[in-house]
Amino acid sequence: MAYVALSDRGQVISHPHSWITKYVWSQDHKVIAIQYGITAIAVGVLALVLSAMMRLQLGFPDTLSIISPSEYYQYVTMHGMIMVIYLLTALFLGGFGNYLIPLMVGARDMVFPYMNMLSYWVYLVSVIILVASFFVPGGPTGAGWTLYPPQAIMHGTPGADWGIILMLVSLAVFIVAFTMGGLNYVTTVLQARTRGMTMIRLPLSVWGIFTATILGLLAFPALLVSAIMMTLDRLLGTSFFMPAIVSMGEQTSYDGGSPILFQHLFWFFGHPEVYIVALPAFGLVSDLLSTHARKNIFGYRMMVWAIVIIGALSFVVWAHHMYVSGMNPYFGFFFATTTLIIAVPTAIKVYNWVLTLWHGNIHLTVPMLFAIGFIFTFVHGGLTGIFLGNVVVDLPLSDTYFVVGHFHMVMGVSPILVVFGAIYHWYPKMTGRMFNSAMGKWHFWLTFLGTYAIYLPMHYLGFLGVPRRYFAYEGIDFIPESAMALNTQITVAALFVAVVQILFFVNIIWSMFKGPKADPNPWGATTLEWQTAETPPIHGNWGPELPGVYRWAYDYSVPGAEKDFIPQNQPPAPGEKVVI
Amino acid sequence: MSDNAVSSPAELEEGVSGFTQDWTSDKQTFHAPWGKAMMWIFLLSDTFIFSIFLTSYMKVRITTTVPWPNPSEVFALTLFGHHIPLLLIAIMTFILISSSGTMAMAVNFGYRRNRKAVVWLMGATALFGASFVGMQAFEWTKLIVEEGVRPWGNPMGAAQFGASFFMITGFHGLHVSAGVIYLTYIAIKVGRGDYDRSNNYEAVEIAGLYWHFVDLVWVFIFAFFYLW
Repeated sequence: MAYVALSDRGQVISHPHSWITKYVWSQDHKVIAIQYGITAIAVGVLALVLSAMMRLQLGFPDTLSIISPSEYYQYVTMHGMIMVIYLLTALFLGGFGNYLIPLMVGARDMVFPYMNMLSYWVYLVSVIILVASFFVPGGPTGAGWTLYPPQAIMHGTPGADWGIILMLVSLAVFIVAFTMGGLNYVTTVLQARTRGMTMIRLPLSVWGIFTATILGLLAFPALLVSAIMMTLDRLLGTSFFMPAIVSMGEQTSYDGGSPILFQHLFWFFGHPEVYIVALPAFGLVSDLLSTHARKNIFGYRMMVWAIVIIGALSFVVWAHHMYVSGMNPYFGFFFATTTLIIAVPTAIKVYNWVLTLWHGNIHLTVPMLFAIGFIFTFVHGGLTGIFLGNVVVDLPLSDTYFVVGHFHMVMGVSPILVVFGAIYHWYPKMTGRMFNSAMGKWHFWLTFLGTYAIYLPMHYLGFLGVPRRYFAYEGIDFIPESAMALNTQITVAALFVAVVQILFFVNIIWSMFKGPKADPNPWGATTLEWQTAETPPIHGNWGPELPGVYRWAYDYSVPGAEKDFIPQNQPPAPGEKVVI
Repeated sequence: MSDNAVSSPAELEEGVSGFTQDWTSDKQTFHAPWGKAMMWIFLLSDTFIFSIFLTSYMKVRITTTVPWPNPSEVFALTLFGHHIPLLLIAIMTFILISSSGTMAMAVNFGYRRNRKAVVWLMGATALFGASFVGMQAFEWTKLIVEEGVRPWGNPMGAAQFGASFFMITGFHGLHVSAGVIYLTYIAIKVGRGDYDRSNNYEAVEIAGLYWHFVDLVWVFIFAFFYLW
């Protein structure tokens, strides 16, 4: 029997006909991507509103009393969990992963479209369960996004009756949804690439999303298991995480469990989770920088290896979140070392981004502004990470606003800037229309400068020792009056940045209907998704024939070439030697 | 889609150079059908779930301050006046491992396109699996009713014994039950002749992968829970 690769065999694609099968119960990866994107952004707006409420309390504790201390903890918890998992993870993998993987590798769809569709609907169920916790007696859980036991399930913690159960169930459902999607993304990248598309010709976006998905498939099990165990502790009275403890003057029935086990399990998931969010951002931003600087990405192979090495190392650094947990000090030594080692491949990536810009023909388009902004915020967030990775520096800074500033810079602002940049970048392909550039630039500058106004002062508050997760700071002697003024300033900046995001929504919604028709390849990009016959691409993506790939994704400004970019599916000219 | 079975390309090289060739080739990295590749990746993820379950169990067993009940006494069966430790669990393990044998034979007959044999062997595998779950139900009932073991405590020692036991064997039992349903479904499709029409028995092999995995996991649960 002659060998025929699966991707070359005639696939029977049944095109949907009714409106429902086209846009609701759709198995088309592009529609699923947009469903994922809209749901994730909607729940993200909710989390943004929660953070605005928290900031109002912190900035004006005496003049405004909008929320109670319980609500403050509930909002802290829900803001963190939503932003990290239900917004960023879902948007990067479910949204961008779904949209870009099949188009960029030259496939007609994900390998299992039906399962892909299920993945979205199960994700939607997990979001509904999560949001439902706002409407149950006692409200959502206020345990902090890390859900540390014993306090997460003890009476007295807000939402200990219903909220915590709904949170744990929602996480378990989310993991089921992610697994169904993730298996699709990995299998598609490995097994369904088009003719000529080797692994080492994949655009870095695909490499980032692919590696992050593998991290997810291996890290989410830890969260699933700890969610199951905590649910049993809460509902059946088992003592996996619960030591013998006195609550409200009464001895509880718990005995002999290990709270620190939960911390280990949570961070065995939690640290790879940071890279589940960061690696897709790394990949997408590499493609944005290369395209808009009209220059090949510097050190492509090194960029790929850096992604893979960061992914592997991210599994052996988790306990750097636990220096103050009372674990053996020798562990701290080990985890500090691995943490600092991970800075090496990360720094390689940053240097390569900057070297890509070096002598490039930089077009300061809206996506490019966001991509360059990302380099700034990521370097700042990354450097404070090196501070916190060292045990002796971390101990005094633990649980202060320095930590809040650090992780918001590195995994809040940085990925979100990439999300905006990538949405603007692929918007013409997704909708067939162009957004308003001027409004996009206003959006960038106000957001970028505004986030610095929020997070830089937080580092200073951290050095002053201002603890995080406090509802109010009255009567704490070591905190000077000036810190209070700084808190007010942060709140003003935060509210300003939150309101500025209206520019983004107005822009993309208005442009969807009224924007000028976009060119099929407005940025002059080389990757396959820009070479489709139709814009937006139809169901099945390509015409009768799959595109063939003859070169890597970064042939920009090739000397002697006709244009300043050569699409991946353009065969080599006679005598031309392709790079990869 | 008559030529759906994948055979390796003739020019595939052996050893390290073959490995490099695979990884740098276009179209597909592993010379396996999509479903099979996906099942392998899923099983890798599932391996992490069970590893973390077992690691957590070891951790709570080390942490707890109360002595751990002796498994060979708890899981003993009195038969004809003899007290035989681990008897039931030995039978269960034997049955589950035998079911892996029948599954492997079913996959083999699938390659030979022997429809009848595949249906019988898969049926036998599912039956073995169902009897495993049945015996597990018996074991649970005995522990709960006769020994008084509860997830939150038991008369023999550490409360975490019952908690870990019910959680881990329950999670594994769910896997076996799902496997029985899955095998039955595939066996019905084999019996209907679906795979003869497409000349493609890979679904049997993929179901086999899952089943062998569930058995392998049991070996670890058996070793760490019952023998430790």
